Amino acid sequence: MSLFFIVALPFFGALLPGLMNPAGRSACAGVTFTVTLAAFVGLLTNLPAILAGEVVTAGIDWMPALGLNFTLMLDGLGFFFALLILGIGLLVIAYARQYLSRDDNMGEFFTYLLLFQGAMVGIVLSDNILLLLIFWELTSLSSFLLIGYWKHLPAGRQGARMALAVTGMGGLAMIGGMLILGQIVGSYDLSVILQNRELIQADPLYLPALILILTGCFAKSAQFPFHFWLPHAMAAPTPVSAYLHSATMVKAGIFLMARMWPVLSGTTEWFIIVTTAGLVTMVLGAVIALFKHDLKALLAFSTVSHLGLITMLLGTGTAFGAMAAVFHILNHATFKAALFMSAGIIDHEAHTRDIRRLGGLRSLMPVTFVIVSLAALSMAGIPLLNGFLSKEMMLEEANHTVLFNSPWLVPVLATVGALFSAAYSFRLISHVFFGPVRDDYPAKPHDPPAGMWLPPALLIIPVILIGVAPFLAEPFVKLVTAAVLGDAAEMPSAHLKLWHGLVPALYMSIIAVVGGVTMLALFKPALRIWDALPRPEAKTIFDALVGATVKLSQALILPLHNGAFTRYAAIGTVTIVVAGYYAWSTGTVGAPMHAMQTADPVLISGWGMLVAATIGMVFLHRNRFLSLILMGIVGLMVSIGFVFLSAPDLAMTQFTVEVVTIILMLLALNFLPNRTPVESTVLRRMRDVAVAVAGGLASFGLAYYYILRDPVSTSISEFHLANSYKGGGGTNVVNVILVDFRGFDTFGEIIVLSIAALLIYALTEALLSGPVRSRLLNREPDQPQAGGVHPMMMVVLTRVMMPVVMMVGFYIFLSGHNEPGGGFIAGLIVSIGVVMQYMASGFSWASARLRYPYHGVIGAGVLAAGFTGIGAWFVDKPFLTSDFTYVRIPPFEKFELATAALFDVGVFLSVVGAVMLSLESFSRLARRSESIESEYPMDIDPSRQDQPPQATQGGV
Amino acid sequence: MEFLIASAIGVMTAAGIYLVLRLRTFPVILGISLLTYAVNVFLFTSGRVIPGAPPVLRDNVTTYTDPLPQALVLTAIVISFGMTAVVVMMGLGAFLGSDDDHVDDQPDTPQDKPEGSA
Repeated sequence: MSLFFIVALPFFGALLPGLMNPAGRSACAGVTFTVTLAAFVGLLTNLPAILAGEVVTAGIDWMPALGLNFTLMLDGLGFFFALLILGIGLLVIAYARQYLSRDDNMGEFFTYLLLFQGAMVGIVLSDNILLLLIFWELTSLSSFLLIGYWKHLPAGRQGARMALAVTGMGGLAMIGGMLILGQIVGSYDLSVILQNRELIQADPLYLPALILILTGCFAKSAQFPFHFWLPHAMAAPTPVSAYLHSATMVKAGIFLMARMWPVLSGTTEWFIIVTTAGLVTMVLGAVIALFKHDLKALLAFSTVSHLGLITMLLGTGTAFGAMAAVFHILNHATFKAALFMSAGIIDHEAHTRDIRRLGGLRSLMPVTFVIVSLAALSMAGIPLLNGFLSKEMMLEEANHTVLFNSPWLVPVLATVGALFSAAYSFRLISHVFFGPVRDDYPAKPHDPPAGMWLPPALLIIPVILIGVAPFLAEPFVKLVTAAVLGDAAEMPSAHLKLWHGLVPALYMSIIAVVGGVTMLALFKPALRIWDALPRPEAKTIFDALVGATVKLSQALILPLHNGAFTRYAAIGTVTIVVAGYYAWSTGTVGAPMHAMQTADPVLISGWGMLVAATIGMVFLHRNRFLSLILMGIVGLMVSIGFVFLSAPDLAMTQFTVEVVTIILMLLALNFLPNRTPVESTVLRRMRDVAVAVAGGLASFGLAYYYILRDPVSTSISEFHLANSYKGGGGTNVVNVILVDFRGFDTFGEIIVLSIAALLIYALTEALLSGPVRSRLLNREPDQPQAGGVHPMMMVVLTRVMMPVVMMVGFYIFLSGHNEPGGGFIAGLIVSIGVVMQYMASGFSWASARLRYPYHGVIGAGVLAAGFTGIGAWFVDKPFLTSDFTYVRIPPFEKFELATAALFDVGVFLSVVGAVMLSLESFSRLARRSESIESEYPMDIDPSRQDQPPQATQGGV
Repeated sequence: MEFLIASAIGVMTAAGIYLVLRLRTFPVILGISLLTYAVNVFLFTSGRVIPGAPPVLRDNVTTYTDPLPQALVLTAIVISFGMTAVVVMMGLGAFLGSDDDHVDDQPDTPQDKPEGSA
């Protein structure tokens, strides 16, 4: 099977368990099992090629410019890990089916599990280190979900967070290291990197890269000083612990060290860092494990210890060490996964994992007893079980390792580690299964159904098989070792066998086992000493560290970013002014290129009105209604300015927008307080004045400087002027730019406008469906109300005006291509005409006569514009390419037909829809329960025979 | 004339900034509107200011103002209407929901915010 499928299967399969959830728990587990089995079988189809020593590859270029290619590679090492991941995955899935209770969402669990599985398989099969990093981060994320699967347990959430923080941080370091490595070699492909040992080790950046990569590996594989997260991650359901924390995720760091072994190992730096970290972790983990009372915590620290052992072996940098590491990875995965599952069984049946509350289970749970005993004895390093063989090899290797110029340091510490390892293994057996049967178990323990004990039992088979007949495993171990070594070292000649003769390792092993038994005998006094010793609690330190980081960030951010908008605005203004001043004072200021034009009195008086209205707004802003009128004057003056400065389109747009804006603000002011109270102190107002004056002076300076000079590069406007008629078929260049040259911009803009209108509509809906609704309905108006709500004069006038407004809009729309006007302006004019009807004749009357909802108008507009653009595709032109022709229908003059006009129809409709939807939403808020809304346009109509609406009580 | 335009931009900016720094929503919205005028006029003047030369092509006319800033400002005016409407709606919704039209979060004081009220 192609490698792509092996990696992709779990990811695609992850979709299935969630879907199968309603079909029952067995279906859910079954589909997960099938997916994993398919990937497993697919992996096995590649076995012949691997055995023949080939490297199976598959790849496609993804982003070659970045060196990021989706290339996969399967060699002995990758095959070994993929086999562990998928094989143990199968057992864990079968086990989890039994383990999870009815209250657990099984689909969710298996989805996470498959995601994790896919990410792990991706790591071990990646040939590109960038791809590997992606999968690496995916394992951190998916393991976070798995560890925190029991969301109701605080320990689970905290453990998941800690695991994510530590492994995620390690992942960041790893990214840095990998990028350096890729830069050194000039390729991100592993197969290329692995060929460049000398180049990498001679590079001055070798040490930083090494430290960063090792940080990532140590964090993932729980090596000292990052070992503390693993025991806290034990809050996860047991299948997760069995899968992630014995066989797969924690081995990812080990895998990477093994993968990078040919290029990174062999140097003094590698030797000192990796061996020391491994040794410390091994001893520390083993000692702590002995004194843990929680079964899973004991196993967690024992895992930490064994991972340290493997790390130390890889650190020695010898071929024999690498072989021993590979062998121990295999052995550890088998017995530790079995132990985790058994711990889960005990927890499941006895309802406690506390060793102090257990004991005497030997006769109650005989099957579990056999499984745990065999696995634990293997962990202790007892002959005829596989753990013994790799431990012997470790001790042998330790015997030859000289660290810090001391020939006895490593052997002694390794023996101490092995001793404690034996001790906690013995404690596990004796304190849980031996001793008298108790009568105070939280539940009555008995052996679980076969579905639960079979998976660990299956794992015991290789434990014994390899232990008795190590030569069976030898070809495979050597195959994997060869993949680890690459070209960096010769294959060791040693064989895997039970009896090596009376070598020092055997004596060390005997010391360890005898010492372990002695430790167990002395456990009670030892525990008293241990409990009396002051120990740093990793979680407290971690929490304090996180707390301190949060405090530091707050101290840095809060003064600037405290949630007060006013503060941001002030800081932002000052920053911009200071930055602008810096640019100004360090740049060169050229001489003006244009002479000042003279200003006539009309212009000066317009300027005077604008400035007076603006300053008036500042002084009178507490009277909100007055300041709104003043704003209208400002807008009007700006529009007139546009007229004067040769921008008729702008003037029309500004003018019409001004009208709808003021209507909108008036509608809002209807609800808001009419006055702004005096709140800020004089000092604060002076500060604001200073900021405002600085900003005003800066923008004045910028504008004044800019108006008198030409831009540094020539504008593209010449092109537009020259091609407007030839290419766009219109003489109003502004309109041609909008609907043709830059039609795509306009298309985006009408969509933004439409979204804004829909947002307003949605906010109104939210308000009217909440508690605000009743308050709005029962609101007392704060202003005296006019007598006639719908004055006759106004109704008549707006009705008469409506056709005129429509015709003006129509004219402005049609003439827009050649004269000032166009869809935007026409849309605004028509909107004003319609709004007038609402104002004059009332909301109910107007909406009753509304044939198409404004949402529909908006949608029709965007679609019309979009389809016009798409139309260009049918003649093999890019989106929004326009065309035009001239036709003459007698008796009319020759006129132009342009596709741009269709686009402008879209603009027109969206503008009408958006403006009307916004205003309509505001006016919906204004309806009150006691107000009488007439269904007639006029309050008094002489031609009407019925009662005036003051007497009727309907129409709302 | 250039001085007049530039000073108008400056005055509108200063007034806009001052109003934006106020504590209630309505003056802040007015301030944003003033800033919008100032920015639009500034963008417009980047095409130079020439009276009496609209960019509508005519026979025998060779001088036109720069049409491009005009097209950009035209859409900016329309969009700013949409954005003003959204901001007004948000301010209004906040006021109706909490009976408070402050821009910034108010520190909880026991007398006007009893325990447990949102």
